[in-house]
Amino acid sequence: MDYAPSNRNSASTKIVVAGGFGVGKTTFVGAVSEIDPLRTEALVTNESEGQDDISKVQQKHTTTVAMDFGRITLAENLVLYLFGTPGQRRFWFMWDDLVKGAIGAVVLVDVRRLDDSFAAVDYFEAKGLPFIVALNQFDGSQEFGPDDIREALAIPAHIPVIEVDARDRESAKKALVRITEFALTQLTGVAASA
Amino acid sequence: MAPDGREVAAGPRLVRPYALTSGRTESVVDLPIEATFEVSPSGRTATWPEGDLSGQILDLCAAKESVAEVSAKMHIPLGVARVLLGDLVTAGHLKTRTTISENTTSDERRELIERTLSGLRAL
Repeated sequence: MDYAPSNRNSASTKIVVAGGFGVGKTTFVGAVSEIDPLRTEALVTNESEGQDDISKVQQKHTTTVAMDFGRITLAENLVLYLFGTPGQRRFWFMWDDLVKGAIGAVVLVDVRRLDDSFAAVDYFEAKGLPFIVALNQFDGSQEFGPDDIREALAIPAHIPVIEVDARDRESAKKALVRITEFALTQLTGVAASA
Repeated sequence: MAPDGREVAAGPRLVRPYALTSGRTESVVDLPIEATFEVSPSGRTATWPEGDLSGQILDLCAAKESVAEVSAKMHIPLGVARVLLGDLVTAGHLKTRTTISENTTSDERRELIERTLSGLRAL
């Protein structure tokens, strides 16, 4: 049976929200999403020698990796999805799936856990995905600012480092505008070399 | 209950997940996690045997839900959702809508990012 082709302009896209466990990814997604964040799970076979809790289980077994996500309808024919990355490093193979086709990523940073952010920054640099670094000032402490974070994480000068309150809709929205603007500027370079 | 008021599956399924796909773990079509679908006339009129999830999946797709939402709302793992959705695409019941993919031209990519930016600014 034949039917009318899809409306060419009807589209969905995504932005990845990355950062370590407990840094506020789901809070950020929930602040700006039009739905309560939903959770999707993937099954993975656990053969890790990692140091987190799951690895204390003796046998190799199947476990689930959860990803929280939200959505924003930007126009009748355009939906933006926000995906929080699974936190533990050993599940990063799943990020490949998330990163494919993404506009870019917001790396949320908690000053108390810079290590996790370091790894995320490395990953997106390696993948060539545009990203910005957003320092989550959730406790209101301004002890460290964007300049400190840029230095600590060795963020190249052209990559935006901003402050964000992951609980605040306007703040989260600004971060999304920022990564999208940045992705657009990066596109010029990509298009020229492609 | 989904935010839009529709009934959704109430809890975790007790079926081994990949039993739903006859053990298949790879979708025949490449489906981005954010992909949404258009339901074709055949998808709207098809009837399904009891226990077949296709009808519920097609209802979600008709409500413009993505691969991720089909997985979340049906309480099936992402990989299972992909296989089942892939089958429905292959059967002609669903057609994927635009996402950024390897086949997207730089003009299309730019256009989609620009639309996203103006949408975000207008929020």
